[in-house]
Amino acid sequence: MTPTRRRRLLLVLGIVAGVGIAGALALKAFRDNVTFFFDPSRVVAGEVKPGQRFRLGGMVVVGSKQNTPGTQDWRFAVTDFNSTVQVHYSGVLPDLFKENAGVVTHGRLQPDGVFLADEVLAKHDEKYMPPEVKRSLKPGDSRADVGYVVK
Amino acid sequence: MNRFLLPLGAFALLALVLAVGLKNAPEKGVIVSPLVGKQGPAYDMPDLHDVARRVTSNDYKGSWHLINVWGSWCEACRVEHPVLLAIQGEARLPIVGIDWRDEEADGLAWLQQRGNPYTRVGVDKESRVAIDYGVTGAPETFLVNPDGVIAYKHVGPVTPQIWREQILARLPASTQ
Amino acid sequence: MLPELGQFAMILALLLAMAQAAFGLVGPRFANSRYMGVVPFAVAGQFVFTCLALGILVAAFVNFDFSVRYVAENSNTALPLFYRIAAVWGAHEGSLLLWIFVLSLWTLAVTLRSRGLPPSFAARVLGVLGLLSMGFLLFTLATSNPFARLAPALPDGRDLNPVLQDFALAIHPPMLYTGYVGLSVAFAFACAAMIEGKLDQTWARWTRPWTTLAWAFLTAGIALGSWWAYYELGWGGFWFWDPVENASFMPWLVATALIHSLAVTDKRGLFKSWTLLLAISGFSLSLLGTFLVRSGVLVSVHSFAADPARGVFILVFLIAVIGGALVLYAWRAPLLKSQAGFELTSRESFLLFNNILLIIAAAVVFGGTMAPMLSDALGLGALSVGPQYFNPSFMLPILPLLGLLSVGMHAGWKRGNLSRSRRAILGTLALAMALALAITFGAYDYEAVLMPVGVALALWIALSALVDPVDRLRRRLSLSAGVVGMSVAHFGLAMLVLGITVVSSATTERDIALTPGQSVALGKYVFRFEGIKSLEGPNYGGVQGKVTVLHEGEAAHVLLPEKRNYWVQQSTMTEAAIGARWDRDLFVAMGEDVGKGAWSLRLQVRPMIQFVWLGAIIMMLGGITAGVDRRYRLAQEALVRKTDAGTPSVSAA
Repeated sequence: MTPTRRRRLLLVLGIVAGVGIAGALALKAFRDNVTFFFDPSRVVAGEVKPGQRFRLGGMVVVGSKQNTPGTQDWRFAVTDFNSTVQVHYSGVLPDLFKENAGVVTHGRLQPDGVFLADEVLAKHDEKYMPPEVKRSLKPGDSRADVGYVVK
Repeated sequence: MNRFLLPLGAFALLALVLAVGLKNAPEKGVIVSPLVGKQGPAYDMPDLHDVARRVTSNDYKGSWHLINVWGSWCEACRVEHPVLLAIQGEARLPIVGIDWRDEEADGLAWLQQRGNPYTRVGVDKESRVAIDYGVTGAPETFLVNPDGVIAYKHVGPVTPQIWREQILARLPASTQ
Repeated sequence: MLPELGQFAMILALLLAMAQAAFGLVGPRFANSRYMGVVPFAVAGQFVFTCLALGILVAAFVNFDFSVRYVAENSNTALPLFYRIAAVWGAHEGSLLLWIFVLSLWTLAVTLRSRGLPPSFAARVLGVLGLLSMGFLLFTLATSNPFARLAPALPDGRDLNPVLQDFALAIHPPMLYTGYVGLSVAFAFACAAMIEGKLDQTWARWTRPWTTLAWAFLTAGIALGSWWAYYELGWGGFWFWDPVENASFMPWLVATALIHSLAVTDKRGLFKSWTLLLAISGFSLSLLGTFLVRSGVLVSVHSFAADPARGVFILVFLIAVIGGALVLYAWRAPLLKSQAGFELTSRESFLLFNNILLIIAAAVVFGGTMAPMLSDALGLGALSVGPQYFNPSFMLPILPLLGLLSVGMHAGWKRGNLSRSRRAILGTLALAMALALAITFGAYDYEAVLMPVGVALALWIALSALVDPVDRLRRRLSLSAGVVGMSVAHFGLAMLVLGITVVSSATTERDIALTPGQSVALGKYVFRFEGIKSLEGPNYGGVQGKVTVLHEGEAAHVLLPEKRNYWVQQSTMTEAAIGARWDRDLFVAMGEDVGKGAWSLRLQVRPMIQFVWLGAIIMMLGGITAGVDRRYRLAQEALVRKTDAGTPSVSAA
């Protein structure tokens, strides 16, 4: 094999190896960090693996938003009109967070059934409902037309 | 095989994914009102038929009702009128009319000529109520639930199909 | 009456675009110079009518013409003049008109500067651009007419989305679109070359300045958007790997690879088919981005009000344009062969690595962006992909890229004997590492290995970028705009990387509820909440908080964050208060009243964040400098003279 050819071969092998490693690592990062969406019904039904970080979405139950006075420890309930999940979040809530509006949060389910959110999302744009939540409501359900609030 | 066809092949796959994604995207054919699902704004208008009375948002709290925005100048309202009369005939729901940007005399004459499908009619000359309700034109119709929350909004004339599929379908069985 | 005129102007522009496309592509086919002569007039005409349409829309906004639905939906009598103008491109319809305007502007620029190009080639380039204009004009007129009327007219409008009522809004879309759309020029050059069958070094040299300039504007546009998100969205982040952000970042990565690949094709005639593919891909990603943002397919912070009907139109357009270009590619690329060889340590080699790594990075971003849609399409469930995937995966190809950059800057073409530059390479590395350690342990607390590594890489690039220019100046050699531009752009990149590294690893932040008088410490700073007072603006009301920031006992800053309620749109907005300094930003955003007189606040100390914006601006300046290098203009004319002398037209080597 000529020196040029060998160099080329090494180069190609190096690239393939590099891409392979990068690809494998990226895939691992992907699989470890991809979050799936669960609505309250599926959460209550126990479909979430314990300790799994996931995305919980639904409507904020009217009258459920409250905090420990003087602190930013918030509690509110998220429902899909079938089941309800209690959420606990410590921090600043986004501007568009409202009762009777949609919400999407990221976090983990605690052993006591309360969802501990590390992120609460609110959207700064036109009324919108992500396909996941809309689809969990039956067709013709007027609540599907509700303006949605997502970050 | 021409390896330069690979990019085209890859793109074809991508286009396929995009097409499927598009098909699954939420429908936005109708203008979705930001008010739907929210408490309808409060209103307090003079009554078209009685100067001494007011038409307020509290009047129909506690029952399902329709709010219909119209005007004697509105062509499409003429088209919708028979449908409203039919709805009133079935006596399912009270219909609150908002005579928008109209002179009282013209509004009264119009109803006299064509019949009055409304339970009450309020006068909104300065568009105060219309703006609150995000009205962009006439006719527009809102379905309000007993709690005062707007369950549905329709832009344009209400057709028998809209009445059946969108409005009637949202009423609980007991009122149907 | 005027809005109808605006619509009519757009129709005329469409007709002229059709003429531009038809004559531009048919003329050269039949070597008809009269047909080709029509093209510049069609371009000029299209530009005039596009300007007219845009001008009329601006006038409608400025004059509160609420009889136009788009104006009524995005403006209000209380909206200040500045934002009334910026609102023109604040939503879908108007932003499309802006896109069309920018496209006609680039087309005009190409027409004016095409004297050095062979007429048939220039006509084809303009013909392709005409096709693109046609597509967008048709789309806008058919589905998104900004001049649609509202009957009856509303006395007042619905107001511009408060998020968009901001200075950066005025500049971000135009700047971004200038970059986005500018990539269409490289695309048109590629298509014209493929149609003609002539794909040699001259094509690369002609394409280079246009691509570099588009890249520069795209850099600035993305940076502006990021800056805007930083202070406007109120949460202190500047990059969220949001699908819409990614939609502009992918073309940027490909454009960066393209400008480097073009350099190789220009100088050494190598990588021809690859460069061609990149030129096609860059603009294709721009179009894809447009689709993703407006069709409702993707879920995001900044997507426009989605409408699948529009999505269908764009998808069809996408398939036609990209599919067409790729068919041309499959047809012509096999004819291209490069024979020149190069050493492992040559500049070509380093640029090859540059391209490979950038494309891997683009693929990483692409994968993460499309995964939710793919998963949904395959029925695998609704998933979301966040920074936890993007950050590490993106860094995988980028870190080696940054390292190789510093070495590669010393490599020469073809043979690239690095041993001569060994002292420079190792010297700059040693200095960079020393400084990095000093900064990491001296100025900041060591947080993660990322900090010294990132800082060292950044400083190494900065120092390496200075070596060549300084050396040339010392030897009193000339410095071309190209060399200066390149060094400046690389230096800017170094600043960007420095800023991002430090801000990512050394930011301190806290969400906390405070009563007036209470304070909390963040690192060396103490934030003291003083209280709130009520507030009124032109189209909003709200509260203003006061936070004093102390550094070692002395008041460093008094920050006044606000919480605004916009009356007409009935929405609430957080206006963060930022105490900016070259080496750190102090950031305060108000949450809400949590009872007992306390307010929840988000407090952050963001070190070196100004370097992120500074780095981006410097990169843009470097790009512009390189793009206007005189050698492109002179070379064009010289090559034209050579071609006229009768060299063969089909290039196979």
